[in-house]
Amino acid sequence: MTNPKAMLVDITMCVGCNACQEACKTTNNLTQGEEKTLSPTAYTALQEYDGVFVRRMCQHCVDPTCVSVCPVGAFTKTPEGPVLYEEDKCIGCRYCMQACPFQVPRYEWSSNYPRVQKCVFCHGRVSKGEQPACAEACPTGATKFGDRDELIREALERIKADPSKYVNRIYGQQEVGGTSILYITSVPFEKLGFKTDIHMAALPDLTWNALSKVPGVVTVGGSLLYGIWWITNRRAEVKELERKERAQSGANGNGNH
Amino acid sequence: MKRFLSQLTFWKVVAGVILLGGAYSTIVRAFNGLGASTNLSDQFPWGLWIGFDILCGVGLAAGGFTLAAIVYIFNIKRFEPIIRPTILTAFLGYTLVIFALMFDLGRPFQIWHAIIMWNPRSVMFEVAWCVMLYTSVLALEFSPVVLEKFHMHRTKALVKKITIPLIILGVLLSTLHQSSLGSLYLIVPDKLNALWYSPYLPVFFYVSAIAAGCGMIIFESFLSSRAFNRGLELDLLTEIARVGVVMLGVYTVMTVVDLADRKALPMLFQARTETYFYWLEKLVGVIAPFVLLAQRKIRENETGLFWSASLIIIGFVLNRLNISISGMEGWAGQSYFPSWMEIMVTLSIVVVGFIVFALAAKYLPLFEHEKHQPRHAPEMAWMEDLRSVSQPN
Repeated sequence: MTNPKAMLVDITMCVGCNACQEACKTTNNLTQGEEKTLSPTAYTALQEYDGVFVRRMCQHCVDPTCVSVCPVGAFTKTPEGPVLYEEDKCIGCRYCMQACPFQVPRYEWSSNYPRVQKCVFCHGRVSKGEQPACAEACPTGATKFGDRDELIREALERIKADPSKYVNRIYGQQEVGGTSILYITSVPFEKLGFKTDIHMAALPDLTWNALSKVPGVVTVGGSLLYGIWWITNRRAEVKELERKERAQSGANGNGNH
Repeated sequence: MKRFLSQLTFWKVVAGVILLGGAYSTIVRAFNGLGASTNLSDQFPWGLWIGFDILCGVGLAAGGFTLAAIVYIFNIKRFEPIIRPTILTAFLGYTLVIFALMFDLGRPFQIWHAIIMWNPRSVMFEVAWCVMLYTSVLALEFSPVVLEKFHMHRTKALVKKITIPLIILGVLLSTLHQSSLGSLYLIVPDKLNALWYSPYLPVFFYVSAIAAGCGMIIFESFLSSRAFNRGLELDLLTEIARVGVVMLGVYTVMTVVDLADRKALPMLFQARTETYFYWLEKLVGVIAPFVLLAQRKIRENETGLFWSASLIIIGFVLNRLNISISGMEGWAGQSYFPSWMEIMVTLSIVVVGFIVFALAAKYLPLFEHEKHQPRHAPEMAWMEDLRSVSQPN
């Protein structure tokens, strides 16, 4: 079994050259041309905050919300880390978009047969032991590919080596139960468009709490309803029988006199 | 008489305009996609069609299982006269929900995938199955009316035999998916405003659906009594209103305790758009009908009962729209208002519901008291209808 892979994005090292987006578009056969936000044709995009560039992309959660919510199981989490989407299964309910805590999935709104589009973590390359196109293209090493454990260790070391520079937080280590894309920064995360008051446990547990009660509701509820019906029905039967008996005894009494 | 006719024409014109707009929107939706017909976006992927057509459509059909439980499980047979129209309302409601879903789904003709491609971890998967099964159960629950019309008494007797298991199954399925529509939102703890987000969302959805179901039974009885010139079962509706009041009371206590529990009570007094929407929903749709219906005088008065029931329904719709739209706008950082085409499709679906109900009321033995009237030949029903149409009073 392969170790789960991840990418470490060191925001302090990014120079905003957009090589990651270009490489991504080439590798994934997307329409060329620079884009500033995520779209069906931009799996990754650089967003600028006062000269600081932040790479947006699918975070490839450890326990992905999209995988859990999809009614037809169109999303899968591979053991290597990538979260993949099978368009042939998709019915287009867009629950994945509604539920994604990072607002990542993009929809082909103008299409008559739309797909959900997002970064695929270059699954084909990663499963062959290669690194994703964006990590390979990054000239400064701001995006680094590797084993998740090792990258977390490295991020901690970088923060420890220069605590006055870095914010003491690896975004993605714990957020929504952990993600495969990890960020470290010198500018506070909340100033870079990150949701910092985000849930710290995996979101699928929240719905599972409710869903796991279904068998109980069915068995207990079913027996309860049947029991109530049995009692009320029996009561009605007895009443009817008593009425008949009374009518009969009344009739008999009349006959004796 | 003249006034009656002009009124009738007015509503017919309104319905016609809506259906025309709906037909145009349907064509745009079918050929140019969701982007061309809706105001939905990547930031706001669920709009009016989910918020109203699905969440409200399913919830407002809750009268069906509530009354079925009252009549068959609790054996309170005096409610039988209103069971048929109520089951029909529920059945129509669910059919229209599925119909509406065909507009909202990006790939509507793949809808059957949920039958063979399973994901038991998904709330949506559970809802899909429950809605599928419950719609079938409702069809069976309603089938005696149709079988009676066509004198298929042997088949009807067969259906009658499985009534109790059917009703129990129906109540269970309703319980599951009415609450699961709330569970859908458990997955967005950060996105949905804390006034509405609660781990008890499934329970709140369930209880409020029963209250709204009671409101719908009353509302729809009034409309059909007016439209078809039939008597009103005021004593029965008064008792349904009492069930509604209890549900509203339980609901209010639960939501307040929950807010306190989550330390969210101060949010009730923050000057934010969400706060105003929350108060509007609770004051108009929960507190007002509760206070009104708690009084016997109003409960036993036709006008009072009708308007209180309407308030429950309005409050229910506000709640679902707040959860699906108003409460989500803050996090999304984008406001959403439906396009005119979205509105037209939604209104058209409501109009279609009214039309089908009216047709069913006209041609099917829907109202129990008619059954006891001697009926000579099936042709007579047509003649009676014609007579009643030509002489409305």
